Parts: sequence; C-alpha cells; structure tokens
Amino acid sequence: MAQKTYSGVTVDVSEEGYFTNPAQWTKEIAMEIAKEERIVMTDKHFEMLDYLRNRFNSGEQLTIRGINKSGIVDVKTFYQMFPGAPLKKATKIAGIPKPTSCV
Amino acid sequence: MSEKNHPIKKVSIICSKGTIEDVYAALVMGNGAVMEGIEANLFFTFFGLEAVMRKRMDKLHTGVIGNPAMRLPGGARMPTWLGVIPGMEAMVSSMMKKEMDKLDVPPISEFIELFVAGGGNLYACKLAADMFKVKKEDLSEHVKGIITVGEFYELAGGEDSHIIFT
Repeated sequence: MAQKTYSGVTVDVSEEGYFTNPAQWTKEIAMEIAKEERIVMTDKHFEMLDYLRNRFNSGEQLTIRGINKSGIVDVKTFYQMFPGAPLKKATKIAGIPKPTSCV
Repeated sequence: MSEKNHPIKKVSIICSKGTIEDVYAALVMGNGAVMEGIEANLFFTFFGLEAVMRKRMDKLHTGVIGNPAMRLPGGARMPTWLGVIPGMEAMVSSMMKKEMDKLDVPPISEFIELFVAGGGNLYACKLAADMFKVKKEDLSEHVKGIITVGEFYELAGGEDSHIIFT
C-alpha cells in the first residue's frame, strides 16, 4: 500500500492517491490535496466533502444523482466546483476511496 | 504509452434504438464520459429519437420478443410465446425501471438533465426526424440541434476523439 504525507501527517492511499483509511483525514489535509488539484476551497466545497464522507460512512454508493439531490449544490455547480472529473476529485479531497458506481 | 498518459478527450455516441436498455447504454456511456472530464456528444437517430422526445422519453419499453437473453425472475429463459401475452412488455419494462431506480440510475428525462448539466451535448438526426415527421418542438429543450451526418462528423472531429455506436 502506498503512503503520502500531507501537512506533516503520513496517510495510507491507493496507487491512485485515494485514501484507504478515511479516519486519517483532516480539513488541513483536504486543503493540501485541493491545492494539488488546483481547486480553491470554499465553505460550499467543505459542505460537499461532509456530504460525501457521510454517504460513504453509511455505506451508500456515491452517484451524480445523489449529488443533485443533496440539496447542497446542483450538478452544474458541482462540475464547476471540481472541474475535470468532479466526483473523482471530490472524493479524493474528501479522503474516501474512489467511487465505484457507474452513474 | 500508458492509458493514463493518453486519455480519451472526446466521445461521440450514436443511439439508434429506442428500448430502455439501448438508451440507458448510451446515456451511461455519455454521462460517464462527462464525469471523467471527457467531452461528450450524444446523437439520436432512428428509433433512438424516442429518447429525446418530450412526451415519450420516460415511457420507453424493453422488447420481450426476440431477445434470447431475457430471463424470468428466478433465472429461467423466457419463452418467446410468453412475450406475446398482452401486458407482458409493460410489466417487464416497469420491472426494468424499478431495478434501475434501485441502483440510483435516474429516469431518462432526469438522466438527460444530469448529462447536460455536466456539459454534455445532445443532437437529433435530421434524416430520422424527417422520416418520422419529428419536429424541434417535439424534442427535449436540451437537444442542441437536428443535424445531418456531415455535421455529426464535424462535431466528432479532433485529436483523441472516438465514435461509439451503441
């Protein structure tokens, strides 16, 4: 298993850089990953990370439809907040494993 | 050269059939592309047009006749003669939709909205629209245009761009 150091803390990650142990995540770490991904974090971003972490922790699949229903932002805004591959980037910053759903 | 260093940049997907599974296949591929940051065009032609027609998109069916892979609950192969029973197609179609919903796969109209919100583009085929007498106002407001095959190829151009026929 690979490891990475963020803000002086060493965390376990997959080959692609996704957290394998979400408990090791902190907001400071999120800020650093976001910087790597060239994303400027706002309160809305953190609200979204909380939503993703909660969904993951309760064992639910992360889907784009779920994001739309989250009540935090609509899908269009979500794509703007995490440009490129939004759900992948957001889960990486949220310190949870890569999403496994096809939708 | 590894896959990661040479990603696909654009996909143009053609959907020519109007069954639930054919349309979902195209939408899953298209939506999956925009979620990966890949530019995506979806082109609906022939019976696929039903998927972008306002009044029909959420009423698609799955064909129950001539599909040897169709199974009954429990796993036995569905005999063709069973498919001709009135109401069978509607029942199978509603079961399909229910199963999709369980996996958080949205209904077609909602799926199209998610795809477009992600930057995906929808087009309808001119030849098929002429043939079926389908007009712009019959189509979802998300359809960017009724285009010819030549225009489709123009849109599909570019480096690392792929055309997928579902």
